[in-house]
Amino acid sequence: MTDQESGPTGPAGRGRGDARDRPASDRGTQGVGLVVRHLVAGYEPGLPIVRGVSLSVAPGEIVALLGPNGAGKSTLVKAVAGLVPAAGQVRLGDREIIGAPAHRMVHMGLAYVPQTENVFTRMTVEENLEVAGAILPSKIRQARMDGACELFPELTMHRRLLAGRLSGGQRQMLAVARALVGEPRVLVLDEPSAGLAPLLVEVVLARLREIRDRGVAVLVVEQNVRAALAVADRAYVLVEGRERLSGRAATLATDPEVARLYLGGIGAGDSPRPQ
Amino acid sequence: MWLQQVTNGVILGATIGLGAIGLTLTYSILRFANFTHGEFIAWGAYFALGLLALAAPWAPDAGPGHFGPLTVGWPFVAAAPLAVALTAGLALGLDRVLFRPLARRGAGLTLAIASFGASLALRNALVFLYGPQPDYFTREIPIARAVLPGVRVTADQVFLLAVTLVLVAALHLVLTRTGLGRAMRATSENPALAEVAGIDPSRVARWTWIIGAGLAAVGGLLVGLTVQIRPLMGAELLLPLFAAAILGGIGSVPGALLGGLIVGLAEALAVPLVGAEYRAAVAFLILLVVLLVRPRGLLGPRGDAG
Repeated sequence: MTDQESGPTGPAGRGRGDARDRPASDRGTQGVGLVVRHLVAGYEPGLPIVRGVSLSVAPGEIVALLGPNGAGKSTLVKAVAGLVPAAGQVRLGDREIIGAPAHRMVHMGLAYVPQTENVFTRMTVEENLEVAGAILPSKIRQARMDGACELFPELTMHRRLLAGRLSGGQRQMLAVARALVGEPRVLVLDEPSAGLAPLLVEVVLARLREIRDRGVAVLVVEQNVRAALAVADRAYVLVEGRERLSGRAATLATDPEVARLYLGGIGAGDSPRPQ
Repeated sequence: MWLQQVTNGVILGATIGLGAIGLTLTYSILRFANFTHGEFIAWGAYFALGLLALAAPWAPDAGPGHFGPLTVGWPFVAAAPLAVALTAGLALGLDRVLFRPLARRGAGLTLAIASFGASLALRNALVFLYGPQPDYFTREIPIARAVLPGVRVTADQVFLLAVTLVLVAALHLVLTRTGLGRAMRATSENPALAEVAGIDPSRVARWTWIIGAGLAAVGGLLVGLTVQIRPLMGAELLLPLFAAAILGGIGSVPGALLGGLIVGLAEALAVPLVGAEYRAAVAFLILLVVLLVRPRGLLGPRGDAG
């Protein structure tokens, strides 16, 4: 299952890669998944950070996006969320969403949780949820906010507290809960475990499983490879803006190439460590 | 004597506060120092003056009769919302042709300088249209009544305070209880996260201009009602407005009102001490001290746990 693809991969070579992903993707049948094809993204024209990545996330599946620092993981998910200029294809189900403004994404069913500064610290927990609930009809808003909180009992007792007073773990939970209020079909998270104590990392990642089991397609960027591969169904490894490896999480967990990439020992034939 | 100065300071402070609220909102949400804000005050007053002149054939001299002890009546009350709407329209127009195209290209400093240029143009347009001499909404003489021993206020001044209080309370409710208000606060704190959360930034910008310029116009109407209407009325208030907004803490509505009251009181109390000619220096002094001692202002957000 582990499919190594080093070196430049032109658009023509990608179709095969997608076919390879199918078996795992077939699990979800009624939800809407995320399909990214030949995505090129970067902050400045002519300086792409993501250089032609294709990946897919099926409904009811957790896909981890791994890779060393500077591999382009965060840029990729920001591009998917509409925050970074990008070319290529990003599809939500049958709908092409690339180029849509970031504020439209959540209306179309894609929610994104940034890595840092991901809650409104000068608002209460409740207000944070209300901001996200503004896209919903007022009749169902409260129920959705309560539903998003149910997953995180730690938040329920702090709903009137300023989010700036929450602990790091609680903030991360609020950020995820905020993203869930709109009941997205695709949830994209940028390092939800960053800066958390190991025990909390497990708590937060375990909640992703519950979200997945509701039929949501979950794409999660992670620095913490072991924890990510433990929770994900499949994973992609990005190196220098390109997909280096992909496959089932269980397979990748024992892959020597993954170990090599993360132990810093990039082989002589490979490019130098990305900046 | 002192009590009278305090009263004058509170009245002046209320108008400064109204202007500073709009300034603090545009500063924190649209992220640039808008020097045209003072002109919205002057244009608000002149729009109303123009509308009253247009209506003069049907309602001579601000209308037959006035509301109780106030010096104005129905024509003024009818012209006021129109003048506020026109001022908001002026702000939206400026945003469309000047600020938004510049913002797309880059830095806040360019915007601030462009707004400085626009304020000169707007001010001189008023001189061109109306001349430099002071105007008044009405020729009625306001009668000051003693409300406390040694303290005399006119009904128009009481009206000014009441309008300010009602508007500030209404704005507070909008910001804390409505979706639009939460969207504005969210955008002010973290524009990228606000967008990700589904907030349309151009809708927030539009309403920020409408509310900010609208409040400035009301300030202009009230100054016109209680003092006089001059093309420079906005420009002269600009420094006190910035002092009040920064003293209160950029982004804080209660802070802007509090800052306005402090600046207004300081100016009024300085007059008997240093003379009226140094009055304008008071706001500048306050601004300097705040920037040096407490840059985030009195009620400004602390960033994290504010």
